[in-house]
Formats: sequence, C-alpha cells, structure tokens
Amino acid sequence: MTATTTSGHRSAGQIGRTEAGPRPLPPLATFLGAPVPDVVDATVSSGLRVLAVRRPTVPMVELRLRVPFADSDPAHTAQAELLSSAMLTGTQRRSRVELDNELATVGADLGVGVDPERLGVYGSALADGLPTMLDVLADVLTSAAYPPAEVDRERERLVERITVTRAQPRVIAREALQRRRYGDHPISREIPTGAEVEAVTQEQLRALHAGAVVPAGSTLVLVGDLDPEAVIGQVEQALQGWSTDHPATELDEPPLVRGDDLLLVHRPGAVQSQLRLSAAAMPRSDERYPAFQLANMVLGGYFSSRLVENLREDKGYTYSAYSAVEFMRNSGSLLVEADTATDVTAAALWEMRYELGRLGLVPPTTDEVDSARRYAIGSLLISLDSQAGLAGTLSALTSAGLDVEWLRRHPERLAAVTTEEVAAVAAEFFAPTAFTGVVVADVDATGERLRALGGVVGPESS
Amino acid sequence: MSTALTKAPTPELHRLTLPNGLRVLLAPDRASPVVGVAVHVDVGFRSEPVGRTGFAHLFEHLMFQGSESLEKLAHFRHVQGSGGTFNGSTHQDYTDYFEVLPTAALERALFLEADRLRAPRLTEENLRNQIDVVKEEIRLNVLNRPYGGFPWILLPPVLYDTFPNAHNGYGDFTDLEQASLDDAAAFFDTYYAPGNALVTVAGDFETDDALAMVDKHFGDIPARPTPIRPSFAEPPPPGERRHTEPDALAPLPALALGYRVADPTADLDSYLAQTLLASTLADGEASRLQQRLVHGDGIVTDISASCGLLGPLDARDPDTFTITAMHPPEVAADQVLTAIDEELGRLATDGPDAAELARHTARWSSAFYGEQDRLMHRMLALGSRELLYGRAELVAELPQRLAAVKPEQVAAAAAAAHEGGRAVLVIEPSADNKAEAQQ
Repeated sequence: MTATTTSGHRSAGQIGRTEAGPRPLPPLATFLGAPVPDVVDATVSSGLRVLAVRRPTVPMVELRLRVPFADSDPAHTAQAELLSSAMLTGTQRRSRVELDNELATVGADLGVGVDPERLGVYGSALADGLPTMLDVLADVLTSAAYPPAEVDRERERLVERITVTRAQPRVIAREALQRRRYGDHPISREIPTGAEVEAVTQEQLRALHAGAVVPAGSTLVLVGDLDPEAVIGQVEQALQGWSTDHPATELDEPPLVRGDDLLLVHRPGAVQSQLRLSAAAMPRSDERYPAFQLANMVLGGYFSSRLVENLREDKGYTYSAYSAVEFMRNSGSLLVEADTATDVTAAALWEMRYELGRLGLVPPTTDEVDSARRYAIGSLLISLDSQAGLAGTLSALTSAGLDVEWLRRHPERLAAVTTEEVAAVAAEFFAPTAFTGVVVADVDATGERLRALGGVVGPESS
Repeated sequence: MSTALTKAPTPELHRLTLPNGLRVLLAPDRASPVVGVAVHVDVGFRSEPVGRTGFAHLFEHLMFQGSESLEKLAHFRHVQGSGGTFNGSTHQDYTDYFEVLPTAALERALFLEADRLRAPRLTEENLRNQIDVVKEEIRLNVLNRPYGGFPWILLPPVLYDTFPNAHNGYGDFTDLEQASLDDAAAFFDTYYAPGNALVTVAGDFETDDALAMVDKHFGDIPARPTPIRPSFAEPPPPGERRHTEPDALAPLPALALGYRVADPTADLDSYLAQTLLASTLADGEASRLQQRLVHGDGIVTDISASCGLLGPLDARDPDTFTITAMHPPEVAADQVLTAIDEELGRLATDGPDAAELARHTARWSSAFYGEQDRLMHRMLALGSRELLYGRAELVAELPQRLAAVKPEQVAAAAAAAHEGGRAVLVIEPSADNKAEAQQ
C-alpha cells in the first residue's frame, strides 16, 4: 500500500490494488414505484386542450403550447421559420421591447420554435407571474402584428443564422438523411433556404398566423406551483379571444423508412465523418413498443449498450454512438448514428452493421434485457423529477395521442416484456437490410474503403 | 414578485469531514424517490502540467474505466442497470463525477464512487482507448465544426499570459498522445487524495442512513497528503490585446471580448454586479446590446454576455467575463467594438435604472429556481459551490444577494470593463484555407 516508485508516487499497478482486495457490490434496496402526479385534463370552449399539474417544488410555472402546424406547400417551411422568429416582435398593444419587459418583470421567458409537424411556444415564470405570462401569451396569439421593420430585420437575421446552421456537419448530415429516407415528404423540410426566406412577406406571415396558429387541436401544458382546477378557468378567461372555426393542421404521416443503400455525401477536408442509418420503428401506442424500446436500448439506446461498448469502449472509433426512436403521431423511425475520424469511417460502419446483424442473430440475453428494463424505468422516473421535465414529457405524449395513464402504466408494461419478445422485435426491425442512410465524409479519403463494404452509393454530383 | 423572492426553498444541509480528510455534504429532500451522488475533486485543467494539456479531462475519462472491484464497463452497467444516469466533467478548477438514481440504488452509487476514488484500474490499454475517444470528442466539438472552441479555448490565450490560465483545456493531440500511465498514476496520487475531494449526496434519504453508508464505503480510503493549491493569479492586461483566428469552416465572422472579473471568494458582491452587468447587456430583447446592435444598428446577428468562462460561479480567481457576437461580413469588427464600448460607457455613466435591474434580477431568480428543481443540477451546484467557495448555501442565497445589488454597483462594473484591459478575439472565415481546419 505504501510502496512508492522512485518518482515519489505509487505506480498504476499499486494504485489499483488494496490489501483488502475487491469488494462485493451492495444489493439494491427495495424499488419504490414512480409516483406519477395527477393531471387535470380539460378542453376549453375554443377547442384548446389544457393539461395542468400541481408540482410546487419551486415557486415556478412551466408552460408548453403545441400547435400542429403542417402544410404541404414547399413555401411553408420558410414562412413558418420566419413566423416563429418574428412572433414575439410586437402585438397591437405592445412593442418587442415591451413584451420582453413585461415578461422579465415576473421572471418569465417565452420562446417560439417550429418544425415540420408543429409550432411550439415554451415558457416559464415565477409562480406569481402566471397571469402576466398568460396575458402576454394571449396578446401574442390573438394580435401578433409582425411589424414591417421587425419582420425585415428578423428576415435578415434568419438568413444569416441559416448560413451558420448549414455549416454544421450534423446539420449537413441531417438534411441529407431526411431527403434519403423521406424523399419529398414535408417532414424532410426542416430548414428553408436563404432565398426562400428572402421571399417571405409580412402579409404571408399575418395570413399564416391567422389561418394556422389556432386553438382547436392544440395543447397547452402548465406544470408548477399552481392550483390545477383554478388554472383551467384562468386559461379559458385569458385566452378567450383566441378562437377559430377550423382545427390546427396535422402532418400527413410520412412513408415508412425502407432499406436502401447508404448515400455518400462528400465534405471536402472533413476530419470526421457522420454515419447516419435509419429504419422503420413503431409508435409508442403499439403493443410491441415496450419490447422494441428494450431492443433499441440493448443496441445503442444507452451507454451500456452493444454499440457504445464496441465502437467507443473497445475500438475508440467514436465519442458517442447511439440509437434512438424518433416519433411521429402514428409511426416512428429508428436512427442509429456515430461520428468517427476519417481514417476509421469504413471500419466503424462495418462494426455498426455487425451490431445490427448480431442483435437479430445473437439476441439480447436476459441480463441485457433486465439491465435495459431497469434503466428504462429508472430514467423515466428521473425524467419526471422537475417541472420542466414533466411538462415536456406530458406535451410530447399528448401530441402522440397518449395520456398520463400511459405513463403510469408504462413501468408495468416494461416489466412484463419477455426476452423472447425482445428477440422477435430485434430480428424483424433491426436487420441491416432494413436500413437506409447517409455517410457524410471526405469521399476522397474514405470512398474506396466504404465502397468495398458494399451497400454504398454516390456521391451525387452537384 | 417580492413575495416570490422571499419563499426560496432553503436546502437542508449537513456537513462533516471523515478522518481521512474527505469532506461530505448531505442535502436531503424527500420530494421525489430519486437520489444523487457527486464527487467533486479539487483539480481542473488549470492544474495540468506543461506538455500535458488536456490531461485533467483525459484522466476524468480514465476514472470510468474500472477500479479494484469493478471490471472495465462495470461502472456504467451498474449505474444504468440500477435505473440511473451518470456523467463527469472537467472545469478550470474542479472535476466532477456523478450519478442520479432511484432511491433504492443509493448504497450502490456510494460503493461505485468510493471504489474508484480508492483504487482506480489504470491500464495502458484503457489509456490508449480513451486517448482515441477524447480525440474523437475534440474532432466533434472543435476541429470538424465551425466556431469550434469559440470562445472557451480560443479566448483565454489572448487574455492571459500564464500556462494554467491560457492553455487549451481540451488538449493538443500531440500532448494527449504522449500521455503515459505513469503520468496518470502521478496525477491520481497527487490530486485524488481524499482530503482533496468532496462527496455530495442529495435527494431522497435519511441523513443518518446516508452518513453510515458514506462512512462504510469511503471511510477506509487511506489519507494521503493533500496538495497545496497554487494561486493562478496574474495581473490583468494593461490595455487591449487582439488576436485574429482564421476558421476555414465558419461562414460568418465572429468576435469575443474577454475581461477579468472580481474574485468571487474575496468580493462576491462585485462579482454579482458583473453577473447582472452581463444580463443588462445581453439577456433578452430589451437588453442594451440586443436593442442597440441587433435591432437598432442591425450590425450583429446575435450577441451574448456571460460572467464566467464556463458560466457564473464555476471557477475561482481569475475568471473571464465574455461578450460574443456573430456578424455579417460587411460589418467591420471595429464597428461592433465601438458600439459595445459606447453602451458600456453609457452604463458606466448612468447605470441601469432600478426597474431594469429588477427585471434582470427576477429572471435570475427564475433561473436559480429552475436549477434547484432538477436534482442533478441542484446537487452539482451545491457541490461545486461548496468545493470552490466553501458555501453550498450560496445556491439558496443568490436570488436575495442579486436583488440587493444596486444600480451604481452595476455602473461600477461597466466602468471597470470600459476602462480596463481586455482581450479581443476575431474569428475570420478563411474557406480557401482548408489546411487550417485539418490540423
């Protein structure tokens, strides 16, 4: 124990050993179930669904508004992005600065974001400031003015930001993947071009807001130090001017992802490559979803997974390898990804395909399934351990047509999954042939070895 | 608003020091059936030796590679297989290791942390593997993307002269590749002594139970000499220092300003005034620089300000106040600097008005409550502030301390920045110069 090297410190070997030797791992104590809070769930007269939860751990309230916001018109993407950038720049009553000042007075923030499926308004405030936050939200929803000078400035900024965003390798890979797996379906249109944004007018924003930022079909979630019964009435009162004769527009389901060759995308001089593989998954409402969830976790859904243990902890090919399900309303897609140094790109793809094949051929063991199951249940519990986490989870579930009862029952469903059910799902959904995808890389440096593996095409000349 | 500020939840805290010197901080809170365990070690990238840039972070990776009772991969599997999540991170002055788990796994988490603090399994194979992993991390976050390391890696060498403060905490590839197992042994023996670490336990537990478990698992780690913490103090630059960095992947120019901040240990009130200066300058649409540069002059795309290189109250002295902006190529960097200086001068002369300051204080209160509401954030804030400043209570006191800051204190902070030395880092897009990006 006290022996030292001549340099005055113990050696690595000495540090790793004690006289007492290895010690046994303490057992887990009795697991207590996850308490899922009561949710007051009401639809107010405008058709807006309101979920309210009391969680008074800190004197705050979290707010999530989701408005289905799809449109098949290719011009929609640019209009929707600029609308979300300019929505908080002025109403009939308040200027951009006045809106922000009023929110700040009660410690509140509001933000707006948009994607091909929905528009989201996200906020938080000191609990006493909820009436103010609702008043500002109502003002924005009913009378956002899109002042011409503000729209002009936000348009310039958005074009600049898009330039910066498109320089990110992960964005280059994402755009290529969306086109590869969904073709021209609107779900693939996540970022407009600068030219498309330049063409958007103030009149288009006002028309889009009037026609598509509507309450029917939308969901508002409020979680925090509040009285849930009373807050429903507060919302009804505060948002009474927000109404419409038609519901918000849901995105048409995208096509299921089908297996195909990987498309190579050339990024000259890249020192690291993006591997992005995708296959069809299933929605959370599918009765086989719990088995699918566990199969995915064993593959790459958490750190103690086959992908991470192989690509990172054994080979050192990547900092992060993972697989995840992206949910649409009634379907899902599986995404498997890693970023790897240029000279090991082909080797990393080979290992990734190997693990996909192995998941079906050498199915998850009981130990693997049990570990994934405990993590799935525990991380669900941990994700609900804050106002913000609970609000986000409820908002996401609601948009998928699920409710808090689904959440409450999910640990039981996970507990009931058998190893055989996981194996069946693994064989059916994770086969290498089920995958398409892209590889963004310096093709001059990686192309020959990637093509030698087969199942790789491109790059398309531009 | 004033009512909200007075009902800040004050965490229940218990402290003790084990005979081997290990400090223990317990913060019980039975609101959810979740517990967290964090080990903060009093060494960060400022302490790594010359020629071994990035070593503190590389060593953090090695601490996940197994220990006397745990094979490689076992740590991850035991945490996640108990339903928990984990991570670690390396900062200027400390390194943290933590997990958050269902209550039932508390003793297991303490065992896992104690085993690696007692006897980590440092092997040549794991060292080589993690050097590769860290290099991939650096390619991901720095080398293969635009604005990589902006400003946290690129600004310090402009503002500081000494190696501890100026060097790249992620490390140069040549240094990382030369790291040896003996370096790792020396680093562990020197810095990971129990007297140089703090264990924080937060969440759902009985204090006496947790104390007994901490003592059982950590108590027999032999005491070792605790290293004397050096001062990293160096004088602020007398005037402006400027550096231009080409970035082959960046589509737009960017710039970062670096100023020195007050020592939060010696002069917390001045430090908090600088925190509020950052908000007054750039937090929200109504902030000074957003109104002037983003909307009024229309010369920057986005602008932000931060007290602390890696965030507020995350380091000892010296630390850095940053202002960063991205702007179109038609706008000259000096035009942006002039506008920032004019706004700093205006704040130095007139100060913020009281209502303006109250709005920023209210937003900070919300941010602190948000931090406290998530066990992982609450635990890490308690642990880091206890380790750095000996004051975990700061976590609960900050809303009131910030509310007590006067407009003239913020004006003084603005004046100090306006008149003192500073670093200016200019990022220049250099798309034709591909070799620069490849390193």
